Amino acid sequence: MPLRFQQRAAPPAAFAVTLPLAAIATTFLLTAAIVVAAGESPFRAYQEFLLRPLSSEFRILEVLVSSTPILFTGAAVAIAFRAGYWNIGAEGQLLSGAIAAAWLGRQVDGWPPVASLPLLVVGGALAGAAWALPPALMRVRFGIDEVVTTLLLNPVALLMVGGLLNGPWRDPVTRFPESPRIAPAAEFPQLVDRSRLHFGFLLALAVLAVGWFVTTRTATGLRLRAVGLSPHAARFAGIRIERTLLGAALASGGIAGIAGVSEVAGIQFRLTEGISSGFGYTGIVVATLGALSMIGVAFAAFFLGLVNVGAGSASRVLDVPSQLGEVITATLLLVTVALLVLRRYRVVRVGSP
Amino acid sequence: MRGIVKRFGDLVANDGVDFTLASGTIHALLGENGAGKTTLMRILYGLALPDAGEILVDGRRVEIRSPSDAIAAGIGMVTQHFSLVAPMTVAENVALGDEGGFRLDRRGARAKVVKASERVGIAVRPDARVATLSVGEQQRVEIVKALSRDCRVLILDEPTAVLVPQQVEALFNALRRLRDQGLAVVFISHKLREVTAISDEVTVLRRGRVEGTVTTRTTDERELGRMMVGRPMTGVARDDERVPGEVVLRVERLSVADGSALPAVRDISLEVRSGEILGVAGVSGNGQTELVEVLSGMRVPSAGTVVVGNVDVTGQPPARVTAAGVGRIPEDRHASVVRDLSVAYNLVLEDLDAYRRGPVLDEGRIRRTAHDLIDRFDIRAGPADLVGTLSGGNVQKVLLARVLARRPKLLVVAQPTQGLDVGATEYVRGQLLAQRGAGAAVLLVSEELEELLALADRLAVMYEGTIVGEFDRAEVDVDRLGLLMAGIRAGG
Amino acid sequence: MSFTLDVLAATFRNATPLVYASVGDTFVQRAGMLNLGIEGMMFAGAFVGFAAAYATGSLLVGLLAAVAVGIAAAAVLGFLIVTLGTSQHVAGIGMTLLLVSASEFANRLAFADRETLPKIETFEPVSLGGRILSQYGMTYVAFLLVAPAAWLLLRHTSFGLRVRAVGENPEAADVAGVDVFRTRYLALMIGGALAAVGGAFLTLAVLGSFTLEIIAGRGWVALALVIFGRWRIEGAVLGALVFAGVFALQLRLRILPGWDDVPFELLLATPYIVIIIALAVSGRNVAYPGAYLRPYRRA
Repeated sequence: MPLRFQQRAAPPAAFAVTLPLAAIATTFLLTAAIVVAAGESPFRAYQEFLLRPLSSEFRILEVLVSSTPILFTGAAVAIAFRAGYWNIGAEGQLLSGAIAAAWLGRQVDGWPPVASLPLLVVGGALAGAAWALPPALMRVRFGIDEVVTTLLLNPVALLMVGGLLNGPWRDPVTRFPESPRIAPAAEFPQLVDRSRLHFGFLLALAVLAVGWFVTTRTATGLRLRAVGLSPHAARFAGIRIERTLLGAALASGGIAGIAGVSEVAGIQFRLTEGISSGFGYTGIVVATLGALSMIGVAFAAFFLGLVNVGAGSASRVLDVPSQLGEVITATLLLVTVALLVLRRYRVVRVGSP
Repeated sequence: MRGIVKRFGDLVANDGVDFTLASGTIHALLGENGAGKTTLMRILYGLALPDAGEILVDGRRVEIRSPSDAIAAGIGMVTQHFSLVAPMTVAENVALGDEGGFRLDRRGARAKVVKASERVGIAVRPDARVATLSVGEQQRVEIVKALSRDCRVLILDEPTAVLVPQQVEALFNALRRLRDQGLAVVFISHKLREVTAISDEVTVLRRGRVEGTVTTRTTDERELGRMMVGRPMTGVARDDERVPGEVVLRVERLSVADGSALPAVRDISLEVRSGEILGVAGVSGNGQTELVEVLSGMRVPSAGTVVVGNVDVTGQPPARVTAAGVGRIPEDRHASVVRDLSVAYNLVLEDLDAYRRGPVLDEGRIRRTAHDLIDRFDIRAGPADLVGTLSGGNVQKVLLARVLARRPKLLVVAQPTQGLDVGATEYVRGQLLAQRGAGAAVLLVSEELEELLALADRLAVMYEGTIVGEFDRAEVDVDRLGLLMAGIRAGG
Repeated sequence: MSFTLDVLAATFRNATPLVYASVGDTFVQRAGMLNLGIEGMMFAGAFVGFAAAYATGSLLVGLLAAVAVGIAAAAVLGFLIVTLGTSQHVAGIGMTLLLVSASEFANRLAFADRETLPKIETFEPVSLGGRILSQYGMTYVAFLLVAPAAWLLLRHTSFGLRVRAVGENPEAADVAGVDVFRTRYLALMIGGALAAVGGAFLTLAVLGSFTLEIIAGRGWVALALVIFGRWRIEGAVLGALVFAGVFALQLRLRILPGWDDVPFELLLATPYIVIIIALAVSGRNVAYPGAYLRPYRRA
C-alpha cells in the first residue's frame, strides 16, 4: 500500500466538530447495507431512528430516560479509563448496585424520602464499589491485569441476580423471576407527568458535574490524569500510583452501582433479570465516544439514547429488528476509534513531502 | 544517497543530503546530537521513508521501503539501542528474519553464528539467552547477526557508547579487519577522538545539511569540531577549587537485588559532601541504574541504608525522598515527564500539595510559577504547551527547573546530557556546576568519561555492582579508569 | 466410579470450545495483542455456523462459514489495532458488541417467526471405546490435532519464532527484516478462526440450535486461560480442562442428594470464581510478552 502515516504537530481544531459528524455519516453508510438486507429503505429506517424520537415531547423525554443509565456507566468507565484502569466490569458493578437497591428498597417502607433515597444511592454505590474491589486489589497488590478479572465478574454477577430471583427473591405472588416491588418510599420521584423521566436523570447529571469538577479542577483529578497518561512519570513525581488506581476503580464501581439503583428505583421498581441490557458495556462505548470527558459522555449518552429509542420505534414500524440500534452503536464506536487516529496522524502517499 | 530530504512536522531532519560510500572504507558520519545522522541511516536501512531523494547501489536505483529491502540490497545495521529479543537465544536472534524455511532449523542457525563470528574475529555463544549477556557481548551479537546476512555495507550507530576504552580498541580492530575484507562501514558518532582514530573518510552533518566530506588523514579534531558545531567548541569552565562542607548523602552497604542470581548492586558505600560533585563512572549495566533508582525512591534496596542530611530515606517512595531535600534528574527524561500534560503542570507535578487551595488547584499560582521558571531556566516553550512537543534539551530544562526550584541539598543526576546538542549540553553542565557552587551536593552518574573529568571533584568507578576505585580529581589517570571500568583491578 | 467417568467425559466435551479459543488466543497474546473481540468471534462463529448449516444442510459448510467469519472479523480488528494502532481494549469490545448484535439481528431476521427453535442434525459422537473416548469428532480434533499442531507451530517454525519476537520486541523484529504487521495480522486471524470454530462446536455438535446465551462469557474465560497458562499451548489446554472439569463437576453435583438445595447459579458461578482465584494465586507479577498492548509504529 503506497500510503503511510505522518505525525501531526497538533490535532486540527476543526476536528472536534467534523470528526463526530464524519463518524456518524460513515456509520450510517456502513449500516445501510444491513438495513437493505432486511428489506427496508435506509432512509426510512434512519428517519425513524434519528428524527422520530425527537418528534414529540414524550419521545424526547424517553430519550432522556434511555440515556440515564448510560450517563452513569459512561461516567464510571470514563473515570477509570482516564486513570489507565481498564474497568470492563461496569455491568457486574451495576447489577450489584441493583441488588442492593432491591433489598434496601424493601427495608425502608414508611421512611421519609429524604432519608430513604440517599440510603439507596449510598447503598448501591457501596455495593458497586465492593464488586469492583477484588480486581482492583489484585491489580494493585499483585500486578494482575484488571481486564480479565473485571470481565469475569460480569457473568458471576448475572448468575447472582438469577440465583436470587429464582430462589429467595422470587415474587411470592406472581411466581415470576422478579423481586417483590420496592416500597413507595424508595421510588425515585417522577420528574415530568406522564413520562418515565425520573430523579435518576438529575442524579446522573449531578454525578457528571461532580466528575467534571474533580477531574479538571482538583489536584486529585490532575493526579488521576497523570497516572493514566504516564504512570512512570507520575510515580517519579511522587504520586502514589496504587492509591490513585484504587480510588479510580472504586469510584468507577460506585457510580456504576448507582446506575443499578437508578434502574431499580426509577424504572422497574424491582429487580428483574433484564434490569440491564448491557448498560455496562454500552458505557464503554459512551466513554470512548465522549473522549473520556464528562461533557463528551453527556453528548454521547444522549445520542445513544436517541438511537436506542429510535431502534425501538423503528422495529415497531418497519420490518427491522431492534438490534439494529446496537449494531449502529457498535459500528459507530469502531468508526470513531478509527477516525480518532486521524487526529494524530495524516495519511500521505509514500514519497511525497 | 542523493538529495535525501526528511521532515518531521516542522523539523527538517535531512535537508538535501548527498552521501557516497565506497567499499573497503570506514566512513564516519559525524555530527552533534540531532544533526540528522541516525535519520539518514535509518532511511538507508528502510526504517524510515524519505520525503524526497533516491538511493543507488552499484549505480542502480533501489527502492528501500523496509529493512528486508535493505537486507536484500546487502545493507546491515547495528542500531544504537540494541535490536535483540531478550528472552531468546543468540542463535534464535540471528535466525530471526532469515530463518531459511518453514521449519526452524536451530542447528543451522548455530552454524551460521559460528561462521560469522569467525569472519570478524569475535566470540559469541550461540545458545546463551540474550538477556544474560553483557552489553558488550550483545553488541557483538548484533554485528554477527548483520554479517550472517552477507552484507556489503555495515552501519553502526554510536557503537562505542556502551564500551570501555579497551573494548573500543577491540571493536576498532574488528572493523579494520572487515574493511580489509572489502566491507563498507558507516560509523555514526559524535565523538571527535574516535572518528579521527578509526575512519578513512568523514562526512559532517549539521542541522540536517552536509557541512563537508573530508579524508580523515587530511584534517584534525579542531577542524572537524568547527564543522560540526559552526563555531569553536568551548567547554564549561570550572571555577576555583572549593572546600567541601559536611556530608549530605551517606550510602552504607547498599545492595539491590534484581531477580537474577547476582545482585545488581553489591554492598556499596559512598559519601557526598555539600559543594562537591561525586562522579560515578562505569559502562552502563554495572548497577548504576539500580543505584540511581534507589536514591530516587523508585526502587527498594535489599540491604543497606541511605541517609540524606539526617533523614533516613532508605526504601522510601519518591515523595519522601524529595521531601528530604533530594532533587533527581533521571536517565530517561522522556519517560519522566507526562508528555500529554502542559509544561506548567509538569513543572509543579512533584509538589502539587503546595499548589492547591483545599481540593481545588490554584491555577493562577501554577501559571505564575510556570512563567517564572520558564524565564529563569531558559525553557523555549509556553506554559500551556504540551511537554511532548518539546525538544530533548527543553524537556531536560523542564526537569531541571522542577527540581532546582525547590533548592535541593542533594542532586542525583543520571546521564544528564545524553542525546542533547552542544548548546543544551553546555547549559546543563553549567547548571550543575552552579548548584555545586551554591553548596549543593551532587551525585553525577555518567557514561561519558569526558563529562565526568570536566565536572567531578571526586570519581568512583562502578563495575558489576561494586565500587572498584575512588579517585580525587587530581589523581585521575584515564587509562587506569578504563581498566577499572572493564573490571581489571590495579596491579594487573 | 461411573460418576468419575461421566465427569471426565463431560470435561473433555466442555473443554473443547475453550481449547479452540485459548489455543488460538495464545498466538494473539504471544504476538503482543489483546483480543477483546474473542467473545464476539465465538458468538458469531456459533451463529454463522448454525445458519450456514441450516441453510445448506451441510455441517461442513457451517464449519467453514464459521472459520470465514472468524477470519474476517479478525482482519477488521487487525486493521484497527495493528495498522491504525487504536486502543485494543476499545476496539476489541466494540468488535464483540458488533458481532453479537449483528448475529442477534440476523438471527431475528432469519428465524424470528418460528414457533419452535430451528434445529439441525448435529455431528455424532465417535466412539473409540469406553465412555471417555466417546467424544465428538471436533473434540478429538481439538486435543489431538489442533493443540499439538499449534504447539509445533509456535515453538519449531519460523512463523512461531516471528510471532514470539513480534510480541516481545517488535522493533527488533522489524530491524531483523520481519514484517511485523503481517505477522500480527496472521496471529490475529488464527485466533479469530479458532475462536469461531470453538463457538461453532456448541451449535453444530452439542446443541444443534442457537440461543443467545450460548457463549455465556467463555471468550473471556479463554483470555484468562491463556494468561493462566503462561502463554504456552500446554498451559492453556490444562487450564481449559480445569475450568471444564469444575463446570462438569458442578453439573453433576447438583443432582446428588443433599446438593439440590444449593442454588444452581452459585454452582454455575464456581468455575469463573475458580479461574479468578487461580489468577490471583499464580498470576502475581508474571512476565507478560514484552510488547503486550503496544501498537507498533516505526519511529
